[in-house]
Amino acid sequence: MKYHKVPPEILAIGLAFLLGIIVLLVTGYPPFRALGALFRGAFGSRNAIGQTLTQATPILFTSLSFLMAYRAGIFNIGVEGQFLIGAFVSAFLGVSLRQVPFPFGTLFSLFGGGLGGALYALFPALLKVYLGAHEVITTMMMSYIALYLTSYLVNYPFKASGWVAQTEPVAPSALLPKILPPTQLSLAFPIALFFALFVFWFLERTVPGFAIRAVGLNPEASENRGIPVRRYQILAFVLSGFVAGVGGGGEILGVHGRFVDGFSPGYGWDGIAVSLVGRLHPLGCVLASLLFGMLRAGGMTMTRTTKVPLDLSLLIQSFVILLVAAPYFVRFLFARRRSREG
Amino acid sequence: MVVLSVRGLTKHFGEVIANDHIDLDIEEGEIHGLLGENGAGKSVLSSTIYGLYRPDKGKIFLRGKEARIQSPLDAIRLGIGMVHQHLTLVPHLAVWENIVLGREPRAVLRVDRQRALAGIEKLLEETGFRLDLTKRVVELPVGVQQRVEILKVLYRGADILILDEPTAVLTPQEVDQLISTLRRLRAQGKTIIFISHKLREVFALCDRVTVLRRGKKVGTLPIGEATFELLAEMMVGRKVFLDFPRENLRGEEVLLELSGVFTDPPGVPLREISFRLHAGEILGIAGVEGNGQSELAEVVVGLRRPRAGKILFRGKDITAHPPKTRILQGMAHIPEDRHRLGVILDFSVMENLLLGFEDQPPFRRGRMTLDLSAARAFARRKIEEFDIVTPSERTLLRFLSGGNQQKVVVARELAFEPQLLLACQPTRGLDVAATEYLRNILVEVKRRGNGVLLISADLDEIRALSDRVLVMYEGRVVGELSPESDEYHFGLLMGGKTLEVS
Repeated sequence: MKYHKVPPEILAIGLAFLLGIIVLLVTGYPPFRALGALFRGAFGSRNAIGQTLTQATPILFTSLSFLMAYRAGIFNIGVEGQFLIGAFVSAFLGVSLRQVPFPFGTLFSLFGGGLGGALYALFPALLKVYLGAHEVITTMMMSYIALYLTSYLVNYPFKASGWVAQTEPVAPSALLPKILPPTQLSLAFPIALFFALFVFWFLERTVPGFAIRAVGLNPEASENRGIPVRRYQILAFVLSGFVAGVGGGGEILGVHGRFVDGFSPGYGWDGIAVSLVGRLHPLGCVLASLLFGMLRAGGMTMTRTTKVPLDLSLLIQSFVILLVAAPYFVRFLFARRRSREG
Repeated sequence: MVVLSVRGLTKHFGEVIANDHIDLDIEEGEIHGLLGENGAGKSVLSSTIYGLYRPDKGKIFLRGKEARIQSPLDAIRLGIGMVHQHLTLVPHLAVWENIVLGREPRAVLRVDRQRALAGIEKLLEETGFRLDLTKRVVELPVGVQQRVEILKVLYRGADILILDEPTAVLTPQEVDQLISTLRRLRAQGKTIIFISHKLREVFALCDRVTVLRRGKKVGTLPIGEATFELLAEMMVGRKVFLDFPRENLRGEEVLLELSGVFTDPPGVPLREISFRLHAGEILGIAGVEGNGQSELAEVVVGLRRPRAGKILFRGKDITAHPPKTRILQGMAHIPEDRHRLGVILDFSVMENLLLGFEDQPPFRRGRMTLDLSAARAFARRKIEEFDIVTPSERTLLRFLSGGNQQKVVVARELAFEPQLLLACQPTRGLDVAATEYLRNILVEVKRRGNGVLLISADLDEIRALSDRVLVMYEGRVVGELSPESDEYHFGLLMGGKTLEVS
């Protein structure tokens, strides 16, 4: 067998499932029935597929967001914050723009969410470029600020009447239409796919994309060749925030219809992992987010139909992340086998 | 007496024959040079002797007996030690700890420091080395670190030392020190195999020299019978010309003028740098490295702002211009540290050729899209024109040899007929054929009526190419010499002494 021809990510995924099976065996659950339920829940039916794609959508946005900054050499850990700010701005605009007719209400709200995310990323970008504040610290802190700020806003000034901390519902003319009823799948998913293609095109086929990649790989050589390094770092950071913001808006306008406190189970953080699993490539992000969407959607079905806890699907996700994040380990594991066989 | 001999050694890597039936005899107590261009098979040969590779065919004999060397451990046991080009010390351990690492004298559960130090002291006495054993390795300059590495090998009882391109990482002064170190070891009766592609060092050090070319042995000869030209020809396979007739083509136009330039730290502060560079002229900047040459280069290309003074390029004041403007006005730069400033290793050859021109027509189409077909055509043309050896324009630059990486830099910098070329250490780390190629290019730039500012620590290079030479010392220009001035005068100025007016 030629192990080195198989991408390590695939090996990691296989290995993660194998470890999942072992955990099931050890804890006394029927492994194959559980995994069968997981796969059925992920693509066993129209509904299941809709669920998988719905779950994949926000993490596709956030993984693209992380990737965008990463390619400029910036570690944007604050995708979650930009995602939340974008979600809130979209919700706010969606509630406010009652007079604006359908496609425009949606477009404005979504775009506004993107701008919100972009603006929220501009702060750490300027802090980094002009004051040398490391973005890992600033963006992570700003994620918590965003979390509690949006939480405050929907608990107090923008709270709809009732017991739940949420905004008023978004105007119907601002919602993203569902495309596979009765599932939650909305136009947000094809928009996310379009973003993936756009990011790919932007990075590979445009002047700023070229410059961003150059700056990310070797800022000193870029500067020597006349590329304004700081300007492109800021641009990449802001674009990263924009993509995250649109992702947040998509989730509000496509799934929830309003900003509900705590609606994000950490899509921004997941995006970082998904981006890495996707080898920091836009099309890899599509595949990786589909995998994670599948695990989430399938995991819910698995829990409902067998008694296996949802934690198993989280466990497999974590195994995938750990093993992908440790490519050297995986390569080492398989290289040893190869040398023993050879 | 022959201490080590190799017979019919052959080693393939896939389709490539790295070593093709090589015979080699090393005499006891000699310094034997192993000379060849990059990729000639020097490192493979020595690594095979050291047990890092196993030969496909051939035998190794040690003092007449066949030696079975399966691993470096076998080699060490047989008294063969190797010093690698990239040092293998633990930076945060002390010198003595690094030396004994893996062979520590034990005392119950810990290292017997006394015994270790005593052993090393004895070694120092024998070899005449001087070292502070308690210093941590990180605090030492590379040249001294290398001495630690040599001691480490000696501590393991080696009497045959293999040094794989030991001078590649050293400054010229450190090279001199290494050479005297190795001479001292020879006086102790050690046998040394010295791998290099630098002829000067081989002449300074070796008793005999073996030349390899493309995996085959070309010949072995005593250094007394070798000449520079002969060895270069053996390495490259044809006659090599590193010296050029000096033509006076100096034009009227002043291309570059610095007047009273001062800079602040970080780096060596420049103090009152003033000079003029004319069209059709190569102006050399000589000096011991670290006397402000790098800072001067940064000032010229716009990576560093002067605190005071003016820079004029073709009559225009460009002191405040960013690098981009200078490039577009016709300034080109071959940086001294290729990997840091010159190329992006994880970009393809095409992307590296495009770097900095990506926003210019014909590569930019419309407002911001790249015309990849124009870029590809450009890249293919440059690969052909500059004879860049690469599987394709899509290959990552990382996978090219040093000489070909440098050709990519040169091809890009000369792509749009620049008026001024700033060339910093342009042939450092390059083999003879690539050096010849590059020097030709510099002379060609001059012949076309453009100017070259040549910064090099290699005095031979400066003297071979320049029309005039400025010497820098501690951030100042301390004098101007003709390239024909004798080495003694250069030495004085470079050491910070002034020339007596006589």
